[in-house]
Amino acid sequence: MADRIATVVMWGVALLITSTFAWIVGDLLVQGLPHISWDFLSSSPADAGRAGGILPILVSTLLILAVCMAVAIPLGVGTAVLLSEFGRRNQIFGRLVRYSLDVLAGVPSIVFGLFGNAFFSLYLGMGFSILSGGLTLACMVLPLLIRSTETGLRAVPDDYRRAAAALGLSVFTTLWRILLPAATPGLIAGLVLGIGRALAETAALLFTSGYVDRMPGSLLDSGRSLSIHIYDLAMNVPGGESNAYASAVVLIVLLLIINALTFRAADRWLQQRITPV
Amino acid sequence: MSRSRTDVPLLWTLRAVAALAGAITLLIVAFLILEAWPALQSPGIAHFLTDSSWFPASTAPQFNLLPMVVGTLVATLGAMLLATPLGVAAALFSRFYAPPVVATWFRRLLELLAGIPSVVYGFWGLVVLTPLIRQWAPPGQSLLAAILILSLMILPTIALLSETALRSIPRAYLQGAASLGLSRWATVIGVALPAARTGIASSILLAAGRAIGETMAVLMVAGNIVQVPDSLFAPVRTLTANIALELGYALEGHRAALFVSGLILLVLILLLVSLSRWIMREELNVTAGIEPYNEEARAPHG
Repeated sequence: MADRIATVVMWGVALLITSTFAWIVGDLLVQGLPHISWDFLSSSPADAGRAGGILPILVSTLLILAVCMAVAIPLGVGTAVLLSEFGRRNQIFGRLVRYSLDVLAGVPSIVFGLFGNAFFSLYLGMGFSILSGGLTLACMVLPLLIRSTETGLRAVPDDYRRAAAALGLSVFTTLWRILLPAATPGLIAGLVLGIGRALAETAALLFTSGYVDRMPGSLLDSGRSLSIHIYDLAMNVPGGESNAYASAVVLIVLLLIINALTFRAADRWLQQRITPV
Repeated sequence: MSRSRTDVPLLWTLRAVAALAGAITLLIVAFLILEAWPALQSPGIAHFLTDSSWFPASTAPQFNLLPMVVGTLVATLGAMLLATPLGVAAALFSRFYAPPVVATWFRRLLELLAGIPSVVYGFWGLVVLTPLIRQWAPPGQSLLAAILILSLMILPTIALLSETALRSIPRAYLQGAASLGLSRWATVIGVALPAARTGIASSILLAAGRAIGETMAVLMVAGNIVQVPDSLFAPVRTLTANIALELGYALEGHRAALFVSGLILLVLILLLVSLSRWIMREELNVTAGIEPYNEEARAPHG
Protein backbone atom coordinates (compact mmCIF):
# COMPACT_ATOMS: atom_id res chain seq x y z
CA MET A 1 0.00 0.00 0.00
CA ALA A 2 2.72 2.45 1.04
CA ASP A 3 4.54 1.45 -2.11
CA ARG A 4 1.61 2.36 -4.32
CA ILE A 5 1.06 5.71 -2.60
CA ALA A 6 4.76 6.52 -2.98
CA THR A 7 4.67 5.72 -6.69
CA VAL A 8 1.69 8.01 -7.18
CA VAL A 9 3.37 10.79 -5.19
CA MET A 10 6.61 10.54 -7.21
CA TRP A 11 4.78 10.73 -10.53
CA GLY A 12 2.72 13.60 -9.12
CA VAL A 13 5.84 15.58 -8.20
CA ALA A 14 7.39 14.96 -11.61
CA LEU A 15 4.18 16.08 -13.29
CA LEU A 16 4.04 19.21 -11.11
CA ILE A 17 7.61 20.18 -12.04
CA THR A 18 7.08 19.47 -15.73
CA SER A 19 3.87 21.46 -15.91
CA THR A 20 5.39 24.43 -14.05
CA PHE A 21 8.25 24.38 -16.53
CA ALA A 22 5.81 24.22 -19.43
CA TRP A 23 3.88 27.12 -17.90
CA ILE A 24 6.98 29.35 -17.65
CA VAL A 25 8.45 28.54 -21.05
CA GLY A 26 5.07 28.56 -22.76
CA ASP A 27 4.21 31.94 -21.27
CA LEU A 28 7.56 33.41 -22.34
CA LEU A 29 7.21 32.09 -25.88
CA VAL A 30 3.56 33.06 -26.35
CA GLN A 31 4.10 36.60 -25.06
CA GLY A 32 7.62 37.13 -26.36
CA LEU A 33 7.86 35.57 -29.81
CA PRO A 34 5.33 37.89 -31.54
CA HIS A 35 7.49 40.90 -30.64
CA ILE A 36 10.70 39.47 -32.04
CA SER A 37 11.60 40.55 -35.54
CA TRP A 38 14.69 41.55 -37.45
CA ASP A 39 13.74 45.11 -36.65
CA PHE A 40 13.73 44.37 -32.92
CA LEU A 41 17.22 42.86 -33.09
CA SER A 42 18.71 45.57 -35.27
CA SER A 43 17.43 48.87 -33.91
CA SER A 44 18.07 50.95 -30.81
CA PRO A 45 15.64 51.15 -27.93
CA ALA A 46 13.28 54.11 -27.95
CA ASP A 47 10.97 55.60 -25.32
CA ALA A 48 12.99 54.05 -22.41
CA GLY A 49 12.79 50.64 -24.07
CA ARG A 50 9.01 50.47 -24.55
CA ALA A 51 9.54 50.76 -28.30
CA GLY A 52 12.43 50.06 -30.60
CA GLY A 53 14.90 47.22 -30.37
CA ILE A 54 17.87 45.92 -28.46
CA LEU A 55 20.89 46.21 -30.79
CA PRO A 56 23.15 48.28 -28.47
CA ILE A 57 22.16 46.01 -25.61
CA LEU A 58 23.14 42.89 -27.54
CA VAL A 59 26.48 44.49 -28.44
CA SER A 60 27.15 45.46 -24.82
CA THR A 61 26.20 41.99 -23.59
CA LEU A 62 28.61 40.31 -26.02
CA LEU A 63 31.41 42.79 -25.20
CA ILE A 64 31.01 42.17 -21.46
CA LEU A 65 31.09 38.43 -22.14
CA ALA A 66 34.21 38.81 -24.32
CA VAL A 67 36.09 40.77 -21.63
CA CYS A 68 35.03 38.23 -19.02
CA MET A 69 36.22 35.23 -21.01
CA ALA A 70 39.43 36.87 -22.28
CA VAL A 71 40.51 37.28 -18.65
CA ALA A 72 38.97 34.19 -17.09
CA ILE A 73 40.18 31.56 -19.59
CA PRO A 74 43.96 32.09 -19.27
CA LEU A 75 43.68 32.58 -15.50
CA GLY A 76 41.43 29.55 -15.13
CA VAL A 77 43.41 27.17 -17.35
CA GLY A 78 46.72 28.22 -15.79
CA THR A 79 45.43 27.65 -12.27
CA ALA A 80 43.85 24.33 -13.20
CA VAL A 81 47.12 23.12 -14.75
CA LEU A 82 49.07 24.08 -11.66
CA LEU A 83 46.57 22.42 -9.32
CA SER A 84 46.28 19.15 -11.21
CA GLU A 85 49.74 18.69 -12.82
CA PHE A 86 52.00 20.29 -10.22
CA GLY A 87 49.86 19.72 -7.15
CA ARG A 88 52.30 17.37 -5.48
CA ARG A 89 55.15 19.84 -5.59
CA ASN A 90 53.00 22.73 -4.33
CA GLN A 91 50.86 21.03 -1.75
CA ILE A 92 50.23 23.76 0.82
CA PHE A 93 49.97 26.46 -1.81
CA GLY A 94 47.54 24.31 -3.80
CA ARG A 95 45.38 23.65 -0.79
CA LEU A 96 45.17 27.36 0.04
CA VAL A 97 44.22 28.25 -3.54
CA ARG A 98 41.59 25.53 -3.58
CA TYR A 99 39.99 26.65 -0.32
CA SER A 100 39.93 30.20 -1.56
CA LEU A 101 38.23 29.08 -4.79
CA ASP A 102 35.66 27.07 -2.84
CA VAL A 103 34.68 30.19 -0.96
CA LEU A 104 34.72 32.26 -4.15
CA ALA A 105 32.27 29.83 -5.77
CA GLY A 106 29.78 30.50 -2.98
CA VAL A 107 30.01 34.30 -2.88
CA PRO A 108 26.60 35.79 -3.78
CA SER A 109 26.51 37.73 -7.03
CA ILE A 110 25.44 40.98 -5.37
CA VAL A 111 28.60 40.80 -3.22
CA PHE A 112 30.61 40.52 -6.45
CA GLY A 113 28.73 43.65 -7.50
CA LEU A 114 29.77 45.46 -4.31
CA PHE A 115 33.37 44.37 -4.80
CA GLY A 116 33.44 45.26 -8.50
CA ASN A 117 32.00 48.67 -7.75
CA ALA A 118 34.53 49.37 -4.99
CA PHE A 119 37.59 47.84 -6.70
CA PHE A 120 37.29 48.06 -10.48
CA SER A 121 34.94 51.02 -10.83
CA LEU A 122 36.23 53.30 -8.07
CA TYR A 123 39.66 52.14 -6.85
CA LEU A 124 41.05 51.35 -10.31
CA GLY A 125 39.06 54.22 -11.80
CA MET A 126 37.28 52.32 -14.54
CA GLY A 127 33.95 53.87 -13.62
CA PHE A 128 30.72 52.29 -14.80
CA SER A 129 32.09 50.49 -17.82
CA ILE A 130 31.95 47.32 -19.86
CA LEU A 131 35.53 46.64 -18.74
CA SER A 132 34.61 46.87 -15.07
CA GLY A 133 31.55 44.63 -15.55
CA GLY A 134 33.47 42.05 -17.57
CA LEU A 135 36.27 41.86 -15.00
CA THR A 136 33.76 41.44 -12.17
CA LEU A 137 32.13 38.57 -14.05
CA ALA A 138 35.56 37.04 -14.70
CA CYS A 139 36.12 36.78 -10.93
CA MET A 140 32.72 35.14 -10.67
CA VAL A 141 33.10 32.43 -13.33
CA LEU A 142 36.72 31.62 -12.49
CA PRO A 143 35.94 28.85 -9.94
CA LEU A 144 33.62 27.12 -12.46
CA LEU A 145 36.27 27.19 -15.20
CA ILE A 146 39.03 25.97 -12.90
CA ARG A 147 37.02 23.14 -11.42
CA SER A 148 35.92 21.62 -14.72
CA THR A 149 39.29 22.11 -16.46
CA GLU A 150 40.92 20.38 -13.52
CA THR A 151 38.44 17.51 -13.75
CA GLY A 152 39.22 17.27 -17.47
CA LEU A 153 42.98 17.16 -16.83
CA ARG A 154 42.62 14.52 -14.14
CA ALA A 155 40.66 12.33 -16.56
CA VAL A 156 43.64 12.20 -18.96
CA PRO A 157 45.29 8.77 -18.54
CA ASP A 158 48.75 8.81 -16.93
CA ASP A 159 50.04 6.83 -19.91
CA TYR A 160 49.95 10.06 -21.93
CA ARG A 161 52.22 11.72 -19.39
CA ARG A 162 54.59 8.76 -19.28
CA ALA A 163 54.74 8.55 -23.07
CA ALA A 164 55.50 12.28 -23.29
CA ALA A 165 58.24 11.93 -20.67
CA ALA A 166 59.70 8.94 -22.55
CA LEU A 167 59.88 11.06 -25.68
CA GLY A 168 61.71 13.76 -23.72
CA LEU A 169 59.07 16.40 -24.45
CA SER A 170 59.32 19.59 -22.42
CA VAL A 171 56.63 20.46 -19.91
CA PHE A 172 55.30 23.16 -22.19
CA THR A 173 55.02 20.87 -25.22
CA THR A 174 53.42 18.14 -23.15
CA LEU A 175 50.82 20.56 -21.87
CA TRP A 176 50.13 22.36 -25.12
CA ARG A 177 50.20 19.41 -27.50
CA ILE A 178 48.91 16.56 -25.38
CA LEU A 179 47.34 17.25 -21.99
CA LEU A 180 45.28 20.35 -22.78
CA PRO A 181 43.84 18.96 -26.05
CA ALA A 182 43.03 15.72 -24.25
CA ALA A 183 41.33 17.70 -21.47
CA THR A 184 39.19 19.70 -23.90
CA PRO A 185 35.87 18.13 -22.82
CA GLY A 186 36.39 19.42 -19.28
CA LEU A 187 37.51 22.80 -20.53
CA ILE A 188 34.46 23.08 -22.77
CA ALA A 189 32.06 22.04 -20.04
CA GLY A 190 33.58 24.79 -17.91
CA LEU A 191 33.25 27.31 -20.73
CA VAL A 192 29.59 26.48 -21.25
CA LEU A 193 28.87 26.79 -17.53
CA GLY A 194 30.85 30.02 -17.31
CA ILE A 195 29.22 31.63 -20.32
CA GLY A 196 25.81 30.60 -19.06
CA ARG A 197 26.47 32.12 -15.68
CA ALA A 198 27.93 35.31 -17.16
CA LEU A 199 25.07 35.83 -19.61
CA ALA A 200 22.47 35.24 -16.92
CA GLU A 201 24.10 37.52 -14.39
CA THR A 202 22.36 40.72 -13.40
CA ALA A 203 23.10 41.69 -9.83
CA ALA A 204 26.88 41.84 -10.27
CA LEU A 205 26.49 44.17 -13.25
CA LEU A 206 24.04 46.69 -11.76
CA PHE A 207 26.83 48.75 -10.20
CA THR A 208 29.75 47.86 -12.45
CA SER A 209 28.70 48.03 -16.09
CA GLY A 210 25.69 50.21 -15.45
CA TYR A 211 22.42 51.05 -17.15
CA VAL A 212 23.26 53.14 -20.21
CA ASP A 213 21.39 51.77 -23.23
CA ARG A 214 23.28 53.63 -25.96
CA MET A 215 25.67 51.89 -28.34
CA PRO A 216 29.01 51.61 -26.49
CA GLY A 217 31.88 53.47 -28.19
CA SER A 218 34.65 51.73 -26.26
CA LEU A 219 35.19 49.27 -23.43
CA LEU A 220 35.29 52.20 -21.02
CA ASP A 221 31.71 53.18 -21.83
CA SER A 222 28.86 51.98 -19.71
CA GLY A 223 26.81 49.28 -21.40
CA ARG A 224 23.51 47.71 -20.43
CA SER A 225 23.41 43.91 -20.52
CA LEU A 226 20.38 42.00 -21.76
CA SER A 227 19.61 40.77 -18.25
CA ILE A 228 19.65 44.31 -16.83
CA HIS A 229 17.46 45.43 -19.74
CA ILE A 230 14.84 42.82 -18.74
CA TYR A 231 15.04 43.92 -15.10
CA ASP A 232 14.77 47.60 -15.94
CA LEU A 233 11.84 47.15 -18.34
CA ALA A 234 9.96 44.98 -15.86
CA MET A 235 10.53 47.07 -12.74
CA ASN A 236 11.07 50.68 -13.77
CA VAL A 237 9.28 51.16 -17.08
CA PRO A 238 5.48 50.90 -16.98
CA GLY A 239 4.36 49.40 -20.29
CA GLY A 240 7.74 47.81 -20.93
CA GLU A 241 6.44 44.29 -20.44
CA SER A 242 6.12 43.13 -24.02
CA ASN A 243 9.68 44.16 -24.87
CA ALA A 244 10.85 42.55 -21.62
CA TYR A 245 9.18 39.30 -22.73
CA ALA A 246 10.90 39.52 -26.11
CA SER A 247 14.27 40.25 -24.48
CA ALA A 248 13.85 37.27 -22.17
CA VAL A 249 13.24 34.98 -25.13
CA VAL A 250 16.30 36.44 -26.91
CA LEU A 251 18.42 35.85 -23.79
CA ILE A 252 17.36 32.22 -23.49
CA VAL A 253 17.86 31.57 -27.22
CA LEU A 254 21.30 33.22 -27.00
CA LEU A 255 22.19 30.85 -24.16
CA LEU A 256 21.11 27.83 -26.19
CA ILE A 257 23.01 28.99 -29.32
CA ILE A 258 26.24 29.64 -27.44
CA ASN A 259 26.01 26.21 -25.81
CA ALA A 260 25.61 24.51 -29.19
CA LEU A 261 28.41 26.53 -30.82
CA THR A 262 30.85 25.88 -28.02
CA PHE A 263 30.30 22.14 -28.18
CA ARG A 264 30.77 22.14 -31.96
CA ALA A 265 33.92 24.22 -31.86
CA ALA A 266 35.28 21.88 -29.23
CA ASP A 267 34.71 18.85 -31.43
CA ARG A 268 36.58 20.42 -34.32
CA TRP A 269 39.49 21.55 -32.15
CA LEU A 270 39.78 18.16 -30.56
CA GLN A 271 39.93 16.41 -33.94
CA GLN A 272 42.63 18.74 -35.22
CA ARG A 273 44.88 18.62 -32.21
CA ILE A 274 44.82 15.00 -31.15
CA THR A 275 44.43 13.16 -34.46
CA PRO A 276 46.83 14.80 -36.93
CA VAL A 277 45.89 12.62 -39.88
CA MET B 1 57.19 15.22 -18.13
CA SER B 2 60.88 15.97 -18.28
CA ARG B 3 62.18 19.32 -17.23
CA SER B 4 64.03 21.62 -19.54
CA ARG B 5 65.30 25.16 -19.14
CA THR B 6 62.14 26.66 -20.62
CA ASP B 7 60.08 24.93 -17.97
CA VAL B 8 61.22 26.98 -15.00
CA PRO B 9 59.69 30.25 -16.21
CA LEU B 10 56.56 28.31 -17.18
CA LEU B 11 56.20 26.89 -13.71
CA TRP B 12 56.62 30.32 -12.14
CA THR B 13 54.09 31.80 -14.54
CA LEU B 14 51.59 29.12 -13.54
CA ARG B 15 52.28 29.79 -9.86
CA ALA B 16 51.74 33.50 -10.38
CA VAL B 17 48.46 32.87 -12.22
CA ALA B 18 47.21 30.54 -9.49
CA ALA B 19 48.25 33.00 -6.80
CA LEU B 20 46.27 35.71 -8.58
CA ALA B 21 43.20 33.47 -8.81
CA GLY B 22 43.51 32.54 -5.16
CA ALA B 23 43.99 36.16 -4.13
CA ILE B 24 40.63 37.28 -5.52
CA THR B 25 38.79 36.02 -2.46
CA LEU B 26 41.18 37.90 -0.18
CA LEU B 27 40.77 41.00 -2.32
CA ILE B 28 36.99 40.77 -2.04
CA VAL B 29 37.10 40.40 1.73
CA ALA B 30 39.65 43.22 2.00
CA PHE B 31 37.60 45.66 -0.05
CA LEU B 32 34.34 44.80 1.71
CA ILE B 33 35.99 45.45 5.09
CA LEU B 34 37.69 48.60 3.81
CA GLU B 35 34.41 50.05 2.54
CA ALA B 36 32.43 48.89 5.56
CA TRP B 37 35.02 50.19 8.05
CA PRO B 38 33.54 53.69 8.58
CA ALA B 39 30.19 52.13 9.52
CA LEU B 40 31.77 49.52 11.78
CA GLN B 41 33.53 52.28 13.74
CA SER B 42 30.63 54.67 13.90
CA PRO B 43 27.80 53.89 14.49
CA GLY B 44 29.31 50.49 15.37
CA ILE B 45 28.13 46.94 14.96
CA ALA B 46 25.51 46.99 17.73
CA HIS B 47 23.57 49.72 15.95
CA PHE B 48 22.84 47.43 13.03
CA LEU B 49 20.69 45.35 15.35
CA THR B 50 19.43 47.83 17.94
CA ASP B 51 18.57 51.00 16.01
CA SER B 52 14.87 51.71 15.78
CA SER B 53 14.59 51.53 11.98
CA TRP B 54 16.39 51.71 8.62
CA PHE B 55 16.74 55.39 7.65
CA PRO B 56 20.35 55.37 6.50
CA ALA B 57 20.25 58.64 4.58
CA SER B 58 18.51 60.97 7.05
CA THR B 59 20.34 63.55 9.17
CA ALA B 60 20.05 61.32 12.25
CA PRO B 61 20.62 58.04 10.42
CA GLN B 62 19.16 54.79 11.73
CA PHE B 63 20.79 51.54 10.67
CA ASN B 64 18.63 48.64 11.79
CA LEU B 65 19.39 45.75 9.43
CA LEU B 66 17.36 43.24 11.43
CA PRO B 67 14.24 43.29 9.20
CA MET B 68 16.40 42.51 6.18
CA VAL B 69 18.26 39.72 7.99
CA VAL B 70 14.91 38.25 9.06
CA GLY B 71 13.58 38.65 5.52
CA THR B 72 16.55 36.76 4.07
CA LEU B 73 16.35 33.97 6.63
CA VAL B 74 12.56 33.50 6.44
CA ALA B 75 12.51 33.51 2.64
CA THR B 76 15.40 31.03 2.50
CA LEU B 77 13.87 28.77 5.13
CA GLY B 78 10.50 28.78 3.38
CA ALA B 79 12.08 27.96 0.04
CA MET B 80 14.10 25.14 1.61
CA LEU B 81 11.00 23.65 3.25
CA LEU B 82 9.23 23.61 -0.09
CA ALA B 83 12.07 22.73 -2.45
CA THR B 84 13.81 20.02 -0.40
CA PRO B 85 11.02 17.39 -0.42
CA LEU B 86 10.12 18.21 -4.01
CA GLY B 87 13.73 18.15 -5.16
CA VAL B 88 14.55 14.88 -3.43
CA ALA B 89 11.32 13.36 -4.76
CA ALA B 90 12.28 14.49 -8.26
CA ALA B 91 15.68 12.82 -7.85
CA LEU B 92 14.04 9.60 -6.60
CA PHE B 93 11.59 9.72 -9.50
CA SER B 94 14.36 10.04 -12.03
CA ARG B 95 16.47 7.31 -10.42
CA PHE B 96 13.93 4.70 -9.25
CA TYR B 97 10.47 5.35 -10.67
CA ALA B 98 10.73 6.71 -14.21
CA PRO B 99 11.27 4.43 -17.20
CA PRO B 100 14.74 5.15 -18.71
CA VAL B 101 13.49 7.33 -21.57
CA VAL B 102 11.32 9.43 -19.28
CA ALA B 103 14.20 9.74 -16.81
CA THR B 104 16.54 11.07 -19.51
CA TRP B 105 14.04 13.69 -20.63
CA PHE B 106 13.17 14.63 -17.08
CA ARG B 107 16.82 15.22 -16.30
CA ARG B 108 17.23 17.37 -19.40
CA LEU B 109 14.25 19.41 -18.30
CA LEU B 110 15.77 19.92 -14.86
CA GLU B 111 19.03 21.06 -16.50
CA LEU B 112 17.10 23.56 -18.61
CA LEU B 113 15.28 24.82 -15.51
CA ALA B 114 18.64 25.22 -13.77
CA GLY B 115 19.92 27.26 -16.72
CA ILE B 116 17.11 29.83 -16.83
CA PRO B 117 18.55 33.19 -15.69
CA SER B 118 17.32 34.43 -12.33
CA VAL B 119 16.14 37.70 -13.84
CA VAL B 120 13.81 35.69 -16.10
CA TYR B 121 12.40 33.83 -13.10
CA GLY B 122 11.93 37.18 -11.40
CA PHE B 123 10.22 38.65 -14.44
CA TRP B 124 7.87 35.69 -14.75
CA GLY B 125 7.13 35.91 -11.04
CA LEU B 126 6.39 39.60 -11.36
CA VAL B 127 4.02 39.41 -14.33
CA VAL B 128 2.37 36.02 -13.76
CA LEU B 129 2.71 34.90 -10.15
CA THR B 130 2.21 38.12 -8.17
CA PRO B 131 -1.04 39.07 -9.95
CA LEU B 132 -2.40 35.61 -9.05
CA ILE B 133 -1.44 36.09 -5.40
CA ARG B 134 -2.92 39.60 -5.49
CA GLN B 135 -6.33 38.20 -6.40
CA TRP B 136 -6.14 35.95 -3.39
CA ALA B 137 -4.57 38.34 -0.86
CA PRO B 138 -3.27 41.78 -1.88
CA PRO B 139 -0.69 43.25 -2.49
CA GLY B 140 0.70 40.18 -4.26
CA GLN B 141 4.36 41.16 -4.08
CA SER B 142 5.05 39.27 -0.90
CA LEU B 143 7.06 36.84 1.16
CA LEU B 144 4.99 34.03 -0.39
CA ALA B 145 5.93 35.10 -3.93
CA ALA B 146 9.60 35.24 -2.90
CA ILE B 147 9.42 31.77 -1.36
CA LEU B 148 7.70 30.28 -4.43
CA ILE B 149 10.15 31.78 -6.93
CA LEU B 150 13.16 30.86 -4.80
CA SER B 151 12.00 27.25 -4.45
CA LEU B 152 11.49 27.04 -8.19
CA MET B 153 15.06 28.24 -8.67
CA ILE B 154 16.79 25.94 -6.19
CA LEU B 155 14.69 22.85 -6.91
CA PRO B 156 16.77 21.82 -9.97
CA THR B 157 19.99 22.18 -7.93
CA ILE B 158 18.70 19.87 -5.21
CA ALA B 159 17.22 17.41 -7.70
CA LEU B 160 20.25 17.13 -9.99
CA LEU B 161 22.84 16.86 -7.21
CA SER B 162 20.74 14.41 -5.18
CA GLU B 163 20.27 12.33 -8.31
CA THR B 164 24.06 12.16 -8.71
CA ALA B 165 24.35 11.08 -5.08
CA LEU B 166 21.70 8.37 -5.56
CA ARG B 167 23.48 7.19 -8.71
CA SER B 168 26.73 6.60 -6.83
CA ILE B 169 25.23 4.18 -4.30
CA PRO B 170 27.15 0.89 -4.55
CA ARG B 171 25.26 -1.54 -6.74
CA ALA B 172 25.54 -4.27 -4.10
CA TYR B 173 23.23 -2.31 -1.77
CA LEU B 174 20.41 -2.30 -4.29
CA GLN B 175 21.02 -5.90 -5.29
CA GLY B 176 20.87 -6.83 -1.62
CA ALA B 177 17.57 -5.01 -1.25
CA ALA B 178 16.20 -6.73 -4.34
CA SER B 179 17.26 -10.16 -3.15
CA LEU B 180 15.47 -9.55 0.15
CA GLY B 181 12.34 -8.92 -1.87
CA LEU B 182 11.95 -5.36 -0.59
CA SER B 183 9.34 -3.25 -2.32
CA ARG B 184 10.52 -0.21 -4.25
CA TRP B 185 9.45 2.18 -1.51
CA ALA B 186 11.16 0.09 1.18
CA THR B 187 14.35 0.09 -0.91
CA VAL B 188 14.18 3.87 -1.25
CA ILE B 189 13.52 4.53 2.44
CA GLY B 190 15.65 1.78 3.90
CA VAL B 191 18.61 1.62 1.54
CA ALA B 192 18.91 4.41 -1.05
CA LEU B 193 18.20 7.49 1.06
CA PRO B 194 20.42 6.50 4.01
CA ALA B 195 23.25 5.53 1.67
CA ALA B 196 23.08 8.82 -0.23
CA ARG B 197 22.37 11.03 2.77
CA THR B 198 25.58 13.07 2.77
CA GLY B 199 25.36 13.83 -0.94
CA ILE B 200 21.76 14.91 -0.50
CA ALA B 201 22.63 16.99 2.56
CA SER B 202 25.38 18.82 0.73
CA SER B 203 23.05 19.49 -2.21
CA ILE B 204 20.61 21.06 0.24
CA LEU B 205 23.33 23.24 1.77
CA LEU B 206 24.46 24.36 -1.68
CA ALA B 207 20.88 25.26 -2.54
CA ALA B 208 20.54 27.19 0.73
CA GLY B 209 23.60 29.21 -0.26
CA ARG B 210 22.02 30.03 -3.59
CA ALA B 211 18.77 31.06 -1.94
CA ILE B 212 20.51 33.36 0.55
CA GLY B 213 22.55 34.99 -2.19
CA GLU B 214 19.81 35.32 -4.80
CA THR B 215 19.11 38.93 -5.61
CA MET B 216 17.19 39.64 -8.78
CA ALA B 217 14.34 37.14 -8.56
CA VAL B 218 13.57 38.11 -4.96
CA LEU B 219 14.00 41.81 -5.65
CA MET B 220 11.36 41.62 -8.38
CA VAL B 221 8.65 39.75 -6.48
CA ALA B 222 9.08 40.43 -2.75
CA GLY B 223 7.70 43.97 -2.56
CA ASN B 224 10.82 45.31 -0.79
CA ILE B 225 9.17 47.06 2.15
CA VAL B 226 11.48 47.23 5.17
CA GLN B 227 9.57 45.33 7.84
CA VAL B 228 9.59 42.09 9.76
CA PRO B 229 6.83 40.25 7.87
CA ASP B 230 3.76 39.38 9.96
CA SER B 231 2.25 37.02 7.40
CA LEU B 232 3.06 35.13 4.21
CA PHE B 233 1.30 37.82 2.21
CA ALA B 234 3.30 40.72 3.64
CA PRO B 235 6.01 42.33 1.50
CA VAL B 236 9.59 41.81 2.69
CA ARG B 237 13.01 43.10 1.80
CA THR B 238 16.05 40.82 1.85
CA LEU B 239 19.68 41.80 2.47
CA THR B 240 20.55 41.27 -1.18
CA ALA B 241 17.59 43.27 -2.48
CA ASN B 242 18.47 46.07 -0.06
CA ILE B 243 21.94 46.40 -1.58
CA ALA B 244 20.66 46.29 -5.14
CA LEU B 245 18.01 48.93 -4.43
CA GLU B 246 20.14 51.44 -2.56
CA LEU B 247 23.78 51.22 -3.65
CA GLY B 248 23.02 53.39 -6.67
CA TYR B 249 22.42 56.52 -4.60
CA ALA B 250 24.07 55.66 -1.29
CA LEU B 251 26.72 58.04 0.05
CA GLU B 252 29.29 57.77 2.84
CA GLY B 253 27.73 56.24 5.99
CA HIS B 254 24.84 54.77 4.01
CA ARG B 255 27.20 53.20 1.47
CA ALA B 256 29.35 51.80 4.29
CA ALA B 257 26.23 50.31 5.90
CA LEU B 258 25.42 48.51 2.64
CA PHE B 259 28.91 47.04 2.59
CA VAL B 260 28.27 45.83 6.14
CA SER B 261 25.26 43.92 4.84
CA GLY B 262 27.52 42.50 2.13
CA LEU B 263 29.86 41.29 4.86
CA ILE B 264 26.93 39.68 6.71
CA LEU B 265 26.01 37.80 3.52
CA LEU B 266 29.60 36.68 3.09
CA VAL B 267 29.73 35.38 6.67
CA LEU B 268 26.48 33.43 6.17
CA ILE B 269 27.94 31.83 3.02
CA LEU B 270 31.23 31.03 4.76
CA LEU B 271 29.30 29.24 7.51
CA LEU B 272 27.45 27.16 4.90
CA VAL B 273 30.64 26.30 2.98
CA SER B 274 32.39 25.23 6.19
CA LEU B 275 29.37 23.19 7.25
CA SER B 276 29.21 21.33 3.93
CA ARG B 277 32.98 20.69 3.98
CA TRP B 278 32.59 19.30 7.50
CA ILE B 279 29.73 17.02 6.43
CA MET B 280 31.68 15.76 3.43
CA ARG B 281 34.65 15.00 5.68
CA GLU B 282 32.40 12.90 7.94
CA GLU B 283 31.32 11.07 4.82
CA LEU B 284 34.91 10.23 3.85
CA ASN B 285 35.55 8.77 7.30
CA VAL B 286 32.34 6.77 7.21
CA THR B 287 32.80 5.28 3.76
CA ALA B 288 36.40 4.38 4.57
CA GLY B 289 35.21 1.95 7.21
CA ILE B 290 31.95 0.91 5.62
CA GLU B 291 31.03 -2.69 4.88
CA PRO B 292 28.68 -3.75 2.13
CA TYR B 293 26.09 -5.06 4.57
CA ASN B 294 26.06 -2.45 7.29
CA GLU B 295 23.15 -1.72 9.56
CA GLU B 296 21.44 0.84 7.39
CA ALA B 297 21.42 -1.39 4.36
CA ARG B 298 19.89 -4.16 6.43
CA ALA B 299 17.13 -2.23 8.13
CA PRO B 300 14.03 -2.24 5.96
CA HIS B 301 11.23 -0.01 7.19
CA GLY B 302 8.61 -1.36 4.82
